[in-house]
Amino acid sequence: MTTPTTRTRRPRTGRTLLSTLAIVIAAVWAFPVYWMVNSSFQTLGRLRSPDPAWLPFGGDTSPDAYGRVADASFWDAMQLSLTVTLLAVGSGLVFAFLAALAISRFRLRGKTSFIVVILVVQMIPAEALFISQYKMLSGWGLFNTVAGLTLLYLAMILPFTIWMLRGFVAGVPAELEEAAMVDGCSRFRAFFTITFPLLAPGLVASGVYGFLQCWNEITLATVVMDPANQTIPLWLQGMTTVSNQAIDWPAVMAGATLVAIPVIGLFMFVQNKMTSGMVSGAVKG
Amino acid sequence: MAQAITDTEAPPERADPAAPPSRNRRRRPAPYLLLVPALATLLLGLGYPLVRQVAMSFQEFGLAQQFGTADPGWIGFDNYVSILSDPTTWAVIVRSVVFCFVAASLTMVIGMGVALLMRSVSTVARLILQVSMLAAWATPLIASLTVWNWLFDTRYGVVNWLLVKIGFESFEDYSWLANPWTFFLVACVIVVWMSVPFVAFSLYAALTQVPEETLEAAQLDGASRTQRFRHIIVPSIRPVLSIVMLLQIVWDLRVFAQIKYLQGAGGTVSETNLLGTYLYQLGIAQSEYGVASAVAMVMLLLTLGLTFGYVRSLLREERAS
Repeated sequence: MTTPTTRTRRPRTGRTLLSTLAIVIAAVWAFPVYWMVNSSFQTLGRLRSPDPAWLPFGGDTSPDAYGRVADASFWDAMQLSLTVTLLAVGSGLVFAFLAALAISRFRLRGKTSFIVVILVVQMIPAEALFISQYKMLSGWGLFNTVAGLTLLYLAMILPFTIWMLRGFVAGVPAELEEAAMVDGCSRFRAFFTITFPLLAPGLVASGVYGFLQCWNEITLATVVMDPANQTIPLWLQGMTTVSNQAIDWPAVMAGATLVAIPVIGLFMFVQNKMTSGMVSGAVKG
Repeated sequence: MAQAITDTEAPPERADPAAPPSRNRRRRPAPYLLLVPALATLLLGLGYPLVRQVAMSFQEFGLAQQFGTADPGWIGFDNYVSILSDPTTWAVIVRSVVFCFVAASLTMVIGMGVALLMRSVSTVARLILQVSMLAAWATPLIASLTVWNWLFDTRYGVVNWLLVKIGFESFEDYSWLANPWTFFLVACVIVVWMSVPFVAFSLYAALTQVPEETLEAAQLDGASRTQRFRHIIVPSIRPVLSIVMLLQIVWDLRVFAQIKYLQGAGGTVSETNLLGTYLYQLGIAQSEYGVASAVAMVMLLLTLGLTFGYVRSLLREERAS
């Protein structure tokens, strides 16, 4: 079993096999994304031909579908989604960061209960609360407002953001800051020049999670927003539920691509920071 | 400088013997102030609705109460009795738990496999795998649902085309969403496809922390691949493994948008409801707020029950650190 020849040969063939497997899995995972982009460039007639059109260019393709979807309603929805998401993620990061600082840098009474609350709150299904959230917002005159939706999204992403950030904050030793203060830095300056840069990957990673959660949210948006005031997921859903016969698939796929591209771009942009963020988060668990 | 050196012998607290360290710290309000914004938001956005929802589950609360033409009356456990004596509810609960179990296990197994692959393949293959996982992960939920629905389209879907091409003629114009079994198969494929990247990246991040020397030493001592996996890799990534597993259970039990979307695209609602969509149907479509709230409470208790073990082990780790 462990003769020298097999020992030297097995890893190499094993590695080639594993690499092939990895590429196959990559292809399976990327295919739907590819298919979305590909379909968006086909004409409706071509999409309904007996054999699938595999490439997004050549003969019968055109970017016309993009022109059909990028109308005023798309930009309105985009603007609403961006506003609500950025507001929720921005304030979520600040609030969660302060809370994470409190629970990982100080002795607090009731710290364990706070952590239990954070964990359990994540288990409350959003669908289990929307009825009373809807009633609450309409009672306060916040129905169909950016403020109302932002409040709900903020509450939705806070528990997980606190949970993630607390691992990162705990991972930066307080001694580093104290050392800087011994060297004559103010507490404020020590924090911003020493601790903050070390926390950046953690903030990016938790920010991206929060961003995705808000950007994808559809139930609360359906419940607390007026049909005329749509977020991006509602806008896209609206395109596919017109009536089963009349779906303009190239346009739907163009819409889906337009919604996906900024997010995929954001991911690729912060990918390095995110992975290193997850690694340092993983150390603390 | 000299001062600092002599001080290193004694912890700073001892410099002030009058104030015991714990009391001194407890009296400072600053750390509690830091919690205020987060706590206030959670109380406002989740706490208060939760309390109302619990109250509503013990009330007669329908459309009449909503519009103020009748006052909500307290009816004790009547809502609970009515949903728990309804076989539909039990069917939905069983379906949800089975779906959650299957989807979460598949996600964890594939996610772990992908994470291990990322570790052991060539750099090029790893980058390709990571980019494609990232693309799948970043694709917004509703865009993925749309394209998956298109892939499984009865007449023009690539899946049917491919199945017919490789010889399964019966899949010509096959309608995946019309039959509850294939409906859940499609739903499961979509849920797993969406959740694997998060699991794979988290576990991969954790795997990079497993000490290479320990693995090599174990290999030299004759430990097999499986032994190394079970006795070295799994224990050292356990904290990440348990939080990821916990999240998968919570997310897959509450799966909503995927089911709702597929129902809209052609599924039979009554046979494909899971807890989330059942709740939505009762609460929004039929305006049975009281009954729906009772379902919500049952769902919450079920989640807590299923995750109890994980929460306990997380807290044990918490206390240990």
